[in-house]
Amino acid sequence: MIAFDYIRPGDAAEALQAAAERPGARFIAGGTNLLDLMKLGIERPRHLVDIGGLDLRTVSETPDGGLRIGALVSNAELAAHPLVRDRYPVLSQAILAGASGQLRNKATTGGNLLQRTRCYYFYDPASPCNKREPGSGCAALGGFNRIMAILGTSAHCIASHPSDMAVAMRALDARVETRLPEGTTGDRKLDTLYRLPGTTPHIEHTLAPGELITAVLLPPPVPGRHHYRKVRDRASYAFALVSVAAVVAVEDGRITQAALAFGGIGTMPWRDRAAEELLVGATPGQDLFERCADAVLARAQGHGGNDFKIPLLRRTLVACLTDLTEDAR
Amino acid sequence: MTDATVKMDAPFPASLLDSAPAPTVGTAQPRIDGPRKVSGTARYAAEHFPEGLAHGVLLRAPIGCGRITGVDAEAALAMPGVLALIRDERLIRNGGDFAGAAAPVQGVDEVAYFGQPIGVVVADSPERARAAALSVKVTYEAAPGVFDMEAARGTALPPTDDIYGLFLIHTEQGDVDRTAHEAAALVDAVWRTPSQSHAAMEPHASVAVWQDGRLTLHASYQSPVVTRDQLATVMGLQPSEVRILSPFVGGGFGGKLGVMPEAVAAAIAARHLGRPVKVVMTRQQVFETTGRRPMTHQRVRLAADAAGRLTVLQHETITDQLAGEVFFEPAGLATHLLYAGENRLVDHKVVRTNKLLGVSMRAPGEAIGQLALECAMDELAEALDLDPIELRLRNEPERHPELGIPFSSRALVDCLRHGADRFGWASRNRVPGGLRDGEWLVGHGMAAAARGNLFGPSRARVRIDAGGRVMVETEMTDIGTGTYTVLAQIAADLLGVPLARVEVRLGDTDDPASAGSGGSWGAATSGSAVYAACAELRARLAAAAGLPADTLTFADGMVTASGFRRPIAELVGDGLSVEGSVQPGESNSRFNQTSYGAHFCEVRVHAVTGELRVARWNSVFAAGRILNRQTATSQAIGGVVFGIGGALTEELVHDPRSGKVVNRDLGEYHVPVHADIPPIDVHFLEERDPVANPLLAKGVGELGVCGSGAAVANAVYNATGVRVRDFPITLDKVLAGLPPVSAARRRA
Ligand SMILES: Cc1cc2nc3c(=O)[nH]c(=O)nc-3n(C[C@H](O)[C@H](O)[C@H](O)COP(=O)(O)OP(=O)(O)OC[C@H]3O[C@@H](n4cnc5c(N)ncnc54)[C@H](O)[C@@H]3O)c2cc1C
Repeated sequence: MIAFDYIRPGDAAEALQAAAERPGARFIAGGTNLLDLMKLGIERPRHLVDIGGLDLRTVSETPDGGLRIGALVSNAELAAHPLVRDRYPVLSQAILAGASGQLRNKATTGGNLLQRTRCYYFYDPASPCNKREPGSGCAALGGFNRIMAILGTSAHCIASHPSDMAVAMRALDARVETRLPEGTTGDRKLDTLYRLPGTTPHIEHTLAPGELITAVLLPPPVPGRHHYRKVRDRASYAFALVSVAAVVAVEDGRITQAALAFGGIGTMPWRDRAAEELLVGATPGQDLFERCADAVLARAQGHGGNDFKIPLLRRTLVACLTDLTEDAR
Repeated sequence: MTDATVKMDAPFPASLLDSAPAPTVGTAQPRIDGPRKVSGTARYAAEHFPEGLAHGVLLRAPIGCGRITGVDAEAALAMPGVLALIRDERLIRNGGDFAGAAAPVQGVDEVAYFGQPIGVVVADSPERARAAALSVKVTYEAAPGVFDMEAARGTALPPTDDIYGLFLIHTEQGDVDRTAHEAAALVDAVWRTPSQSHAAMEPHASVAVWQDGRLTLHASYQSPVVTRDQLATVMGLQPSEVRILSPFVGGGFGGKLGVMPEAVAAAIAARHLGRPVKVVMTRQQVFETTGRRPMTHQRVRLAADAAGRLTVLQHETITDQLAGEVFFEPAGLATHLLYAGENRLVDHKVVRTNKLLGVSMRAPGEAIGQLALECAMDELAEALDLDPIELRLRNEPERHPELGIPFSSRALVDCLRHGADRFGWASRNRVPGGLRDGEWLVGHGMAAAARGNLFGPSRARVRIDAGGRVMVETEMTDIGTGTYTVLAQIAADLLGVPLARVEVRLGDTDDPASAGSGGSWGAATSGSAVYAACAELRARLAAAAGLPADTLTFADGMVTASGFRRPIAELVGDGLSVEGSVQPGESNSRFNQTSYGAHFCEVRVHAVTGELRVARWNSVFAAGRILNRQTATSQAIGGVVFGIGGALTEELVHDPRSGKVVNRDLGEYHVPVHADIPPIDVHFLEERDPVANPLLAKGVGELGVCGSGAAVANAVYNATGVRVRDFPITLDKVLAGLPPVSAARRRA
């Protein structure tokens, strides 16, 4: 086997130190993504730092009325948490729309955020892939690209981000709390965790080497109706072709709040604030929603096999917004 | 060697199975091997760990066509625990099928498809072997290959072999062109089906052990003697020098009929290293390096007169396969016999492509051929403004429409009528796109099913020991189908012992050879061999009792006649052992033998997104005597699930530039999951086939696949008004035909 050593630290400080001392170290949480990639020879960490023993498994209310979700809270627990179901139903729905019961038991909050693309060509070491092997080319362009992204792509990479959970978190304005090897802490918007592929698709996020995600912070819940709509090929156990996470409020016939994020279409969990701004203050209606879809899709580009995602997203978004605003008018 | 032979030369006036006072045959019996399976004590091929075991991993070609110019294994061989890289030219590139005695030696330098085996790396642990395989550097010279069957359709040629006469390459009668021009109603269209993968749960695995010059292989094969003979040929051995053991097989569906590369690699490596070697395929290798159902382009032309009688049945299939391989997808099989009609043409052609070997997959030909034919029938019914059931009733043939021979039994009409009742077809939606339930468009569809009943020679030994326990031994396999249970039931009923007193041993090539599991023939062939042996045992028991056999009753472990009652154990002395065998005979050519069925379903299509969900299902089948209601129902349900997968989700995608399998795991090759499948109602009609065999049974294993996908496609049309002829019917293919979102969201 491609040899690696395995360390299981007892707390975050030890974990950070272990990673800092070992260049090329990787954290492993649920392992549902990392181990698959290691078996295929795509990820080849020299050192695995198992963070399973860290005390990052709690969900607690923050003083401002938000929620702090430990990085090791499992997807299953998070989806079932009463506060999540009550105050952030879009998050619960998104998680439950992903993977399978067994995977959700194992998968963690931090691992889910950093799961890698399901691009077929990324998963096959025999194919060129700029994400896996910088400079080797992109086999998905000109290949079978049904599941690839239509937004945020570059000439170097069109791989979509697969997470459902992260899409809901983007709509909820989540923040990511981290700790760095130097002992400092980091706090960034989820919006700035991910990077577009550009010319460096192998660099997917803004975390420094050895930077550990300790929690995800949700701001206090905003009023509005929540909905996560995932469209996929099978009724379960399939990644999103397109998905919409929406939190929308209507008062006195006008939209007062709109947060929209999208899965399956972007190279990162996608959010378009300009499209949201179109909605806020306006009277709900088909034309408005079509214009909102126009805005989201303004720069969308199909690659043949995934052209259908453009009309599919439009239809799904318009229907979703109609549902959320209908009898609130 | 055989003590009693039954040959299928004449119909059977009666079956001894009907003389059992308290029969288990015909009832629902849980699997006798079930407890071993759920407790993990049923040992599968990869679970063997002989002393000194080493582990092999297949090294595979990283191009779609060309030749290997160099292999640099220096770094790999220097890795810890690595024992060897073996590039023996006998390592097979293409696996086998039930057809053909041998997979020929193809060498390891010429590359015919992406992922073909070009060597095996062996190490002391599977992880080390895998890492070493990743480190071998292969250089190659790529050549332009043929990866797109559609683009190469012009190069299609007739297949070179009719596979023992089972697959008719071309048949023709009357004048299809002239008649089509005079028709009152005509359908002439092309249906396309993609490559599909068997995707059995258990990956291919072989553990090879050489002892005293003889090779023992623990492996996962459906027909171990076929595999043994092919493996022996490849290795240059006599069949008697090879023993294959496949007592448990975690699904096959045709993908484990012929020898596959992992078996040959294990055998060669074990010989080379002088120690046992295990080769287990990864999931990706199963998808890329075993076999697939070939893709098809099927033109179907149907014409009818104003009275709804078919005047033309034309079915022309173009399919793809590697150069030099004989198997082809015989999509026209059921078109020969399903409906009457004067003018007929069935034809098959093959495009040679550089893609993974095409092999038999559950109901080869019929599964996807009936997708096209039964959708075409639906379109014709619409053109004639006839109920699709009525169209079929008007075209029910009395005899085989091409050969003129009688059917051994044929209950298609009853299946259609019963199915229609159970489903409530009379109150179906009649206007395509006309029925809504909230955001869902609701459609109803139906299709007929037919699967040929094949028969091959089979043998089985049945022993009664001095304690009155019964042992059944045959090389036949149980690939999840229920063979263990069914054979035990037949022996128990015929010898009059409780089921628990019968033990069944399967899957050992040293036992009497069977026809194996495949082509839906397993239960009927091996069951008939058990029947033949048990009939002979009854005669011997009668002789021991000094009474004529037909005066005896066998029940409760006792042999009884008027004034006579003795435990069976007292009549067997030190024990009895009889080998029974069955042979096909004249009945197999004088009659057409086919199982039939009808499918009815409701499909819901989301009016906004086009998501497709099957909501309701009824199937009715007639397949002669049903030997075990529980296992037969499971097979039928599994077949329908297969059909739903083929209709809606399953496509083995090849990269257009290399033929490489793109979606090579179960996350991306979409077989249906539980949430995709509604409760499936399966009903078997009471039927006895007096011709097929002494059990009066026909095959059920593949029947459910046949026609079920067409029922789905017809329901999708009924729901949406969109005819998709390009399978699978994924949501992107119906999207353009859906109502505008404003209308789509209208609540019911
Ligand atoms: C068959 C299949 C189907 C799936 N379907 C879906 C689906 O439909 N929708 C969906 O959203 N997901 C789906 N998933 C993905 C699943 O959600 C992810 O695999 C899972 O969330 C990853 O979490 P983990 O804890 O197992 O991560 P791991 O595999 O342990 O880690 C993933 C990555 O995150 C890094 N990491 C983990 N924790 C931290 C941390 N605290 N700080 C810094 N780095 C960290 C690791 O180093 C690694 O790079 C599917 C997975 C499979 C295998």
